[in-house]
Amino acid sequence: MTNLTDVLVPTSAEDAAAAFGDGSGLTVVAGGTIVMPDIMLGRLRPERTLYLGRAGLDRIERSGGTCRIGAATPVSALVNGAPEPLASFAAHVGDREVRGQATIGGNLCAPAAATFSRGDLQAPLLALDARIRSAGSTGERTDSIEDFLAAGPDGRLVLEIEVDEPKRASSASVRRPHAHAYTILAVAAAETAAGTRVAIAGAGPRAVRAASVEQALAGGASFEDAGQKALDDVDPRDDALASASYRRQVLPALVGRALEGLSS
Amino acid sequence: MQLTVNGIERELSTPPLDTLLNALREELGITSPKAGCQQGGCGACTVLVDGEPRRSCLTPLVAVEGATVTTVDALGEPGNLSPVQAAFYEQYGIQCGFCTPGFVLATTAMLERSPNPSREQILEELAGHVCRCTGYVKIVAAVEAAANGDVSQAALEAGATGPSRHEPEVLVSGSPA
Repeated sequence: MTNLTDVLVPTSAEDAAAAFGDGSGLTVVAGGTIVMPDIMLGRLRPERTLYLGRAGLDRIERSGGTCRIGAATPVSALVNGAPEPLASFAAHVGDREVRGQATIGGNLCAPAAATFSRGDLQAPLLALDARIRSAGSTGERTDSIEDFLAAGPDGRLVLEIEVDEPKRASSASVRRPHAHAYTILAVAAAETAAGTRVAIAGAGPRAVRAASVEQALAGGASFEDAGQKALDDVDPRDDALASASYRRQVLPALVGRALEGLSS
Repeated sequence: MQLTVNGIERELSTPPLDTLLNALREELGITSPKAGCQQGGCGACTVLVDGEPRRSCLTPLVAVEGATVTTVDALGEPGNLSPVQAAFYEQYGIQCGFCTPGFVLATTAMLERSPNPSREQILEELAGHVCRCTGYVKIVAAVEAAANGDVSQAALEAGATGPSRHEPEVLVSGSPA
């Protein structure tokens, strides 16, 4: 039974964490762009709902080489307010209205979809080696973006995302055929304190770090040769927008282009 | 749940997790926001929330508590159209009209922010709105006409006496009427 009336509306991060508890039986709504259609079409039947829009989690703070982004910050605020390559990726999410409503936390926690890729912002967050601060039954903790994505968002309420400003950043993507098309293929690259990091969105259900590309690069490979290694990191799939075969051909070139962008 | 719709304060009984679209259409009887795809992909349900275009089908009512919501109904009325409405009318930017409220509201908000948008900006900002009838050439022409103030007095006064008898003076040569 869909419960449209039992909605908790915390007015601070602390209240949000307390209301979330261990998250069981709770549906979290921030921008609503993913969950609202599911609720309205009956695919998701919340018992209780936590609405995050008034919890003060919508701020971006940049100081001392670090950028802290509240989980409910709208994607549109990232376009001019977040470091690259996050800003460029944010500019290519949905359309103007959707960007104004969708949040970075929702994008990070987007459930994987069977037939298309979601969570475009995961790739730049992987490239930037983001840290994810979340609350849950065991209290607050901070995970690396890779650990967070590997474990999945169940039982965790994301409060804040923190990234260090990269020395350089770059991205390359296949142009989307329409503002409502999901990403076909996109590559994020950043030169961080820990070296060059590369991540790929659009090849599978969620974004993946291209560790083989990074290793090849560290070993002195050319951008072109390093780009070829991307196929060791992902196994591109078919969907309605592009075939796996097309993605396999395009991905190495995109990675190479993103790496060139880092050095120019 | 309290919010201001087209200048009138409303107390709504629609549940907080139902959509703003349903509240407007079902409880208030304001049917200009259209229930199209109902998953954010067509733009027909667009309304202004505190002046910014939003998909009312994706917006839980709880998100707009205390906000100001504007639908196309508040922009003008027959015989006294807003410049954007008049430009859509005069440039043939409308056929069936299903997408029109969304286009008109998004255009109105855009021109508030940037009165002289480039063509690229127009295409980018309206990219989320889908029209299945006219194609986009005449819609973009209407947006440009509105931005340039290229709207006739007759168009602004269209609809004053029922179905308008006003016709634009010249059709583009060769274009289908």
